[in-house]
Amino acid sequence: MFAKKLMIGAALAASLMSSAAWAQDPVRIALVAKSLGNGFFEAANRGAEEAAKELGNVQIIYTGPTSTTAEGQIEVINALIAQRVNAIAISANDPDAVAPALKRAMQRGITVISWDSGVAKDGRELHLAPSSNELIGQTIIKLAADELPEGGEVAVLSATSTSTNQNIWISEMNKVMDQYPNIKLVATVYGDDLADKSYRETQGLLQTYPDLDAIIAPTSVGIVAAAQAVADAGKIGKVNVTGLGLPSEMAGAVESGASKSFAIWNPVDLGYSAAYLAYELATDKAEAKPGAVISIGRMGSVTLDDANEAAMSTPFKYDASNIEEFKTVF
Amino acid sequence: MTMAPPPRPIPPRHIPDRLNGSFLRRLKSWETLLLAVAAAIFTFNALASPYFLDPWNLSDATFNFTEKAMIALAMALLIIAGEIDLSVGAIIALASVAMGAARQMGVETTGLVLIGAGVGLACGAFNGFLVAGLGLPSIVATIGTMSLFRGIAYIILGDGAYGGYPASFAWFGQGYVWGAITFELALLAVLAVVYGVLLHGTNFGRRIYAIGNNATAAAFSGVRVRRIRMTLFMLTGLMAGIASVCLTSRLGSTRPSIGMGMELEVITMVVLGGVAITGGSGTILGVMLAALIMGLITFGLGLLNVPGVVMSIFVGILLISVIALPKLLEKMRR
Repeated sequence: MFAKKLMIGAALAASLMSSAAWAQDPVRIALVAKSLGNGFFEAANRGAEEAAKELGNVQIIYTGPTSTTAEGQIEVINALIAQRVNAIAISANDPDAVAPALKRAMQRGITVISWDSGVAKDGRELHLAPSSNELIGQTIIKLAADELPEGGEVAVLSATSTSTNQNIWISEMNKVMDQYPNIKLVATVYGDDLADKSYRETQGLLQTYPDLDAIIAPTSVGIVAAAQAVADAGKIGKVNVTGLGLPSEMAGAVESGASKSFAIWNPVDLGYSAAYLAYELATDKAEAKPGAVISIGRMGSVTLDDANEAAMSTPFKYDASNIEEFKTVF
Repeated sequence: MTMAPPPRPIPPRHIPDRLNGSFLRRLKSWETLLLAVAAAIFTFNALASPYFLDPWNLSDATFNFTEKAMIALAMALLIIAGEIDLSVGAIIALASVAMGAARQMGVETTGLVLIGAGVGLACGAFNGFLVAGLGLPSIVATIGTMSLFRGIAYIILGDGAYGGYPASFAWFGQGYVWGAITFELALLAVLAVVYGVLLHGTNFGRRIYAIGNNATAAAFSGVRVRRIRMTLFMLTGLMAGIASVCLTSRLGSTRPSIGMGMELEVITMVVLGGVAITGGSGTILGVMLAALIMGLITFGLGLLNVPGVVMSIFVGILLISVIALPKLLEKMRR
């Protein structure tokens, strides 16, 4: 942990020095994490540095509080306002509490965007969400269908029957089901985002539908429990578990083969896109207004909706080829 | 933060603010040392960052310590009396949630301030009842109420947030009284004078030292130990309530996690300010200097984009070295 910090610190110092050497006034973009020492945000910082290198003459200031509090983030924001950075890209610990401080930043001419975890509408110019409900719904069924070229039976293991997110994703998934005529959705069960209940519900599915080919779990708790239940029932290779999960928790399931692939956002891409967007706005190459289309480099472009919110991309697919790399990240 | 030593009748037996040496002699060591540290950090910051010496930046930076320092004033009295209150962060949360709930019912600014301060006072009175009334050790009692108060805040608010505070309410945490002087800073200055006089210039203050040095002896000398303990807990609660008004106003919203972990920063200020954690000695001037030092460090290192983890290491080293230095010097002299 400490060695990693040191390396990041050294890299940061090196990049500071190198950018100072060949640039006059670099565009300084502050990437504010929910808290430091979190693999997800360290990975986002790697992405932001990548964008900085690509754009040239950009300095990334990666910072954040030690614990995930709004008060800590406000102290960080005040320090950034004082330094007159060109842009602040923040993943907020509290959408409302950081808004007054960010409003003050905007009054002093600083570009403010939120990413990952948003800020109230009047406290930022735009918000970059990692993905959209529509894209998530399309991704989870595609993950299952890609492994079933001949078609087959799939079931959904969701969180609770009242979980807003999961219900929206499942309904978005149902909208595109006719693209997969050979795939039959046989059941939707609810594991309530509890490991033991999700495990039992999966066992139930395996017994009720002996021909089941895939289980889609759009919840990070459910997907791990389902993979465990499939492994314990000796059905690895017959039933593929997929959906949304965290690489660190799913590494075992991918190695055992219980899960061929799953998806979640890629923090490197997210940090890259946030830095890119902040640069475009801070240098007046783009303007944050509803309907605006803004380039995010290698990730393509985003379109702002009525609330100035944008979705980056479809969730990123994790499988045996990249799980080793990401399981230590988040 | 300077104040004229208030005139007071010299008691026949003078109980010193410090155990070793006169008030003046200690002023030559501890407070001067803190002042030197503050000046050094100030100079370092000014040299290290071109953005430091800007009145508006410095004004923004005062928010790093004003609310905590308000609580530290009352906490200093409490610690000098040999007690401690670990529930102040939770009191902030409960007072803030109460204000948020009252706002949902349409209460206006004046009412909100009274509710915030009132809930703080009530929480302090409850702590006082447990310690002074039931005789529980304060560290145990306030660890309990720390969970209790924050638990209630979480039950009332859960995952949600209260907002929609009136525009006039924002003045307490975001307003300026004159130029770049914020309301919070002005309030802190006034409170510091009040507490300075209370501790160093009144019989009440003398009794606090007496209790901290030897509660039993103080009781036999006719000091109403329990009543004073009760008063001190209520004062600490009240200050946490006032800090909650300021913090809620500054954030413009309430979540049950508000003020999490603040008690440790407040206690750090008090101890760094030269108040003996075992009770019996300390000054308000020292505590205010410590608050200033901590604010300068957070802001200065923030300007240099030093990660927060490094910052907490820095504060830890400072705390240990400032406290160890006088002890080391004493040992070397012998």
